[in-house]
This record gives sequence, structure tokens and C-alpha cells, in this order.
Amino acid sequence: MAEIIQEEGHGKKKGKARAKKHGTHIDMTPMVDLACLLLTFFMLTTAFSKPKVMEIVLPEKTKDIKDAPQLDKDRALNIILIEGDKVLWYNGLADPTKPPLPVLTETDFSSEGIRKVLLHRNKDLFLQIEEMNKGVTEGTLNIPRDSVASRRKKMMTADKQGPVVLIKAADKVKYKNIVDIIDEMAICNVARYALVDINSVEKKMVADYLASQASGATSSK
Amino acid sequence: MPSKPPKIDMTPMVDLFFLLLIFFILTATFRAQEAVMVDTPSSISNTVTPERHIMTIIVSKDNMVFFNVDNGIDTSEHLRGKILQAVGQQYQIKFTPEEIKKFEGLNSFALPMDKMKAWIDEKDSKTRDAMHVGIPLDSTDNQLMMWVRMSRLYNSELQVAIKGDQAADYTTIKKVIDVLQDNNVNKFNLTTNLESVDVNIDNL
Repeated sequence: MAEIIQEEGHGKKKGKARAKKHGTHIDMTPMVDLACLLLTFFMLTTAFSKPKVMEIVLPEKTKDIKDAPQLDKDRALNIILIEGDKVLWYNGLADPTKPPLPVLTETDFSSEGIRKVLLHRNKDLFLQIEEMNKGVTEGTLNIPRDSVASRRKKMMTADKQGPVVLIKAADKVKYKNIVDIIDEMAICNVARYALVDINSVEKKMVADYLASQASGATSSK
Repeated sequence: MPSKPPKIDMTPMVDLFFLLLIFFILTATFRAQEAVMVDTPSSISNTVTPERHIMTIIVSKDNMVFFNVDNGIDTSEHLRGKILQAVGQQYQIKFTPEEIKKFEGLNSFALPMDKMKAWIDEKDSKTRDAMHVGIPLDSTDNQLMMWVRMSRLYNSELQVAIKGDQAADYTTIKKVIDVLQDNNVNKFNLTTNLESVDVNIDNL
């Protein structure tokens, strides 16, 4: 195995070389074994990818309803998550005093699902940010890389067109869906979104929608 | 001529071994085994978890709430021990110095205060891991609130990480978030795995 063999000078006096025929042999096998063992151990225990985090900042809880910010009806986009990885959305606000109630549209978490809806509504801002990112990666836009995030933030605050997304979760929604939808906001560069509790009107809308779906499915059979 | 057994020179291989070994020793970061396996959801976020001053609230897939707080940079401050004592005081439970010392070396836990002593004293780690039942966070007995409050009292730099399982109910996460918001924590880090997505902008 691995060992150090002290090399003798070649071509020199043969007689002398013969006398020193056996050089010092250090058996390195145990050391190599140990090194190999340790190497395997460290390779297996090392975690290269550190866990990533997604930051969210929620609005402070307001005790007084008057302190709550007013919402522009035209910009509101409501997303209601329901059981079974499904997403329902509607535009505007659901006000029971002003019928008719908005119509719920069902979609999912795929790239053709809710992302399409969000991108469509948030087109201007998305393209603006996308253009900046492209410029930075291609080197046509001369911005230091660390200020890209703050620029993106500035664009978002300046945005007056994009949707204000209200994310609501019905009962029995899994945590995965919440993370997915918040992630969707990041993907689509949505400037304004909030996690909101579902209200009774929307609960009823969801129940009605599911009931109509169920009856529609049975009648079509 | 008598054929000699071929000698293979292993020196380069051994050299390489040592090089790699040194590399792995230097880069190794040890993470203590968590009390529960959590399958975190994925996101596109690329922010790395802060290493110190972090309070982790784990929600397992069966909706048990675990709590963990680190010792901060200066371990001589014994922050974990102080927090344990402070919370214990609220529930009239006194911990011996040995128990406090042992608690500092332990990891996340999910126990009501009255079972805390038994958990710390337990010698077998397997039995200890089987003791977790979840930290109570109902309105009648909100012990998570107390842990969060005391942790933030002793370490004002603490950041909050919520590590939830994909299959955990949102209602539980919501409760945890409510507790944190009641403590004026409005910024959270949700622990996620990294994933990449494709965005189709052609048909906008």
C-alpha cells in the first residue's frame, strides 16, 4: 500500500548501494485508512446548501377599524385559497349591500394558472423590472448589483397601476399553498399584497361556488 | 526473470485525500439534529438564513409547534438559560443550575411548561424526542407567547424564522403569526427550499 520508500542513488557505487538495500519503510496504511474514513465522514455530514428564507412583512395589527388603509376598488384583486390546491379569484370588492356579488373564477398554482392572472394585471411593473434585470445581466445597464434590489423596491413604491392583492385562506388550507401564493407575488413582482382574514361574505361566496360546481358535475353526468 | 508484484505509487492519491480532508474539515458546519423532520415548501427566494440571533418556530406536519432560540454570539451570556428561568418563573417552576446548563445544550422543544423539567432530566435522547406534544398556544394557555416575549426581552436582536411543514395547516401557522404580531413582530422569515420557475411573458 502507501509507503515511503527511500530511494537510493542509481548508478553510483554498486557495493555501497547493496549495503543500504533496505531503506526505511514507513507503513502509511493506517494513516491513509484514517484519512479516508474522516474524508468520507466530513463529505457526508457537510451541508453545502444552507436553508433559504423568504421574508415577509405583515402590516401591524390595527385595533381601530378607522386606522385601516382604504383600498381602491378598481385595483383590488382578491385571491381565495381553498382546499385541494385550488385558487379562486375575483376583482373588486365583495359588498353585500351592492349586489350583484363578483363572480369567482377558479384556477390553480401552475404557470398558466394564477401567475397568468397576476402577470396580466401587473404587466407594466413586471416588464419594467424585467427590463432592468435584463439590462443588468447583459451589462447594458450600469447599475451596481447590490443596488438592484433597492431600485426594484423604488419601482414598486412608484407603481400606481398594478393590483392590490388580498390573499385570503379558507378552512383546511395547507401552509404550502400560502407560501406558494406569496412566492407567486415575488415572481410576478406584485408591489402590494396582504394576507387578510376571509370574511363571512366571501365564505358564503366560496360555499355557493362549490355547491354550484358540485351540482354542475352531477347534472352533466 | 522473476516477476515482481507491481508497485502502485499511492502518494498522489494520499495527497489528494488529505487536501480534500482539510477542505471538508474547514468548510464543515455542524447543525444540530432537529427534534422533528420538516419538509419545507419551496420558493424562489435566495436569502440565506441568518446564523445567529435567531428564534425558530417549527410547525410539524401534525401541527405541533416547536420552539427554539439560540444562544447568540456570546455564549457566556447564557441567554437560553436566562430565558428558561424567566419563563419558568411565570409558571412558578424553579430549575436547578444543572437543568439550566443542560437546557442550554439542548435543541428545539415542544412541551408545556409542566413537562419541561422531566424533559430536561431525561437522559435517553430517544425517549426525550418522543416526549414532544406541542407548545400550547390557545387563548387560555398561551405559552408560546411567553417564550417569544421572554426571548425578545433578553435578546433584542432576535429575528424570527418560521419553519413550517408543507402539510401543516395554515390555521396553526396563522395562530403562530398572531402570537408574534401580538409581540410586535411584523417581519418574518419563512424557511423554504430554493426552486426555480419559468415565467412566460410572450402572451401577455
